[in-house]
Amino acid sequence: MGATMQSTISGRVYKFGDNVNSDIIIAGRYLIYIEPDELAKHAFEMLGEGFPAKLREYDILVAGRNFGCGSAREQASTAIKGLGIKAVVASSFARTFYRNAINDGLTIVESPEVYAAVQEGEQVSIDLANGKIAHAGREYAFPQIPPSVRKILELGGLANYLKANIN
Amino acid sequence: MGQTIAEKILATKSGATRLSPGEIVDAYPDVVMSHTATWRSVAAMKRIGATRLYDPNRLAIVLDHISPAKTEKYAKDQQTSRNFAREYGIEKFYDVDAGIAHLVLMEHGHIKPGDLVVGTDSHCTIYGALGALGTGIGYTEVTSVWVTGKLWMKVPTTIKFVLNGKFNPGVSAKDLMLYLIGKLGADGCGYKSAEFYGDAMPAMSVSERMTIANLAMEMGSKCVFVPPDVRTAEYLEGRLKDFSQYKPVYADPDASYEQEITVALSDLEPMVACPHQVENTKPIGEVVGTRIDQAFLGSCANGKYEDLVIAAKILAGRRVDPRVRLLVTPGSKEILLEAMKSGVLQTLIESGALVTNPGCSACAGDGGMMADGEVSLSTANRNFVGRMGSAKSSIYLSSPATLAASAIKGTIADPREFY
Repeated sequence: MGATMQSTISGRVYKFGDNVNSDIIIAGRYLIYIEPDELAKHAFEMLGEGFPAKLREYDILVAGRNFGCGSAREQASTAIKGLGIKAVVASSFARTFYRNAINDGLTIVESPEVYAAVQEGEQVSIDLANGKIAHAGREYAFPQIPPSVRKILELGGLANYLKANIN
Repeated sequence: MGQTIAEKILATKSGATRLSPGEIVDAYPDVVMSHTATWRSVAAMKRIGATRLYDPNRLAIVLDHISPAKTEKYAKDQQTSRNFAREYGIEKFYDVDAGIAHLVLMEHGHIKPGDLVVGTDSHCTIYGALGALGTGIGYTEVTSVWVTGKLWMKVPTTIKFVLNGKFNPGVSAKDLMLYLIGKLGADGCGYKSAEFYGDAMPAMSVSERMTIANLAMEMGSKCVFVPPDVRTAEYLEGRLKDFSQYKPVYADPDASYEQEITVALSDLEPMVACPHQVENTKPIGEVVGTRIDQAFLGSCANGKYEDLVIAAKILAGRRVDPRVRLLVTPGSKEILLEAMKSGVLQTLIESGALVTNPGCSACAGDGGMMADGEVSLSTANRNFVGRMGSAKSSIYLSSPATLAASAIKGTIADPREFY
């Protein structure tokens, strides 16, 4: 039943600043789609031509405060998943994005320390089981998602969780 | 130690005796709203293989964002939503003629003090204008609430806002909120509840309270409360099906607040949010003279009847500058009818406005799109890049009064000279 969560996520980082809103992640005109592949074609395109293709070269997004603020559109996290991004590490998340990411099976980690330390293009490794991020020879602890909520993420999202629990 | 409004409502809806910030509970919403996104929740329901709803009477569906359908794809999606509503006997279903979901639900008496309301829209915080806990969620989570009746919620801490005194002429609730968002930032109230008090509140109309509760989302608020009073009761009398269900929830006098922020309303001046963040606010004096191509009067923030009246008073007997397209979208059918009967609509049209059907309109990119380099002034709640068209266009946000004054001048203008 569903993809279970990987326990370690490693890869190259693309770095954003503060207040990346969900209109930037996926514009309202594309909410006619819910499929990750369709959404990914237009993810972050407000930032310039070729942006979606460029982001596919990275594995992990790192951002500042309030990532995913604004609209409650779930397609923001779906679009990021569609790009092949495996996790988002941010100083903080807007609450709607935080919920949507969990419900979508997209790994999210809160770590202002990693945001301050990491540069674009660098490698990080997220150890989900132990709540640690490794970067440039240092380790940063991060707060775990509450256990009751983590079950949703571990089953790959809310749809899988419901499939497993309602019937 | 006493409890805040959010703590009390979440305790009631989760069957707990009392709760503290940080606790996670399973809460059962009274209303689960879905708008144009409804078809997505229907798709998610199919995907998980569910066929039964926890309680069809808790669902409310309003087709507001792209109304009427402008492409075949939208038409098909709306058809899916309609068919679902019919199949499951959803009584609180409103089609493309009704207007913006938030306003429609409040006008039709579907929201009452103490309710827990979730929906596919971040501006669900607006229900706090009537003392309900409203908050936004994604479409799959709406499906989950449809099917299981519940969702997990974390009990928030609360910031207490104390509003004292009176607005000066030409200054309104929108200016207050732009001031607060600028001061606290886009996440200044992140994950937190906001409660509004002060000697200014009794005089604050329900329409102004809606503007407050709506815009508070733009500082990250999880939920917002204007404690119910005689104005709330007056608004809901004749709207609630059963007024005996009017049972306001208040904070205890010794409730615990994370912070207290006091504002003297008479200190405020008209404010404008500059591109491309709502927190990028400036006093009107710093942006006066900025050229505009479009002026949009509408949205759940400021498309209410009182907002149209404020604009009409300024526009009466005057002409919109020929360089400006003034778009007016009444928030709901009720507002459209009221504006028609009172002559407000005629005043707006005679001044040069284009009046559209009720709905989210230009705020959701449904009409009123802008070309490269164009500038729009808008009474909506977001000015994010590309939200109203080209990524090379820009949006400024203001009150209805500033918008009307600016439409006349053709550039951003101080409304106080019209008072």
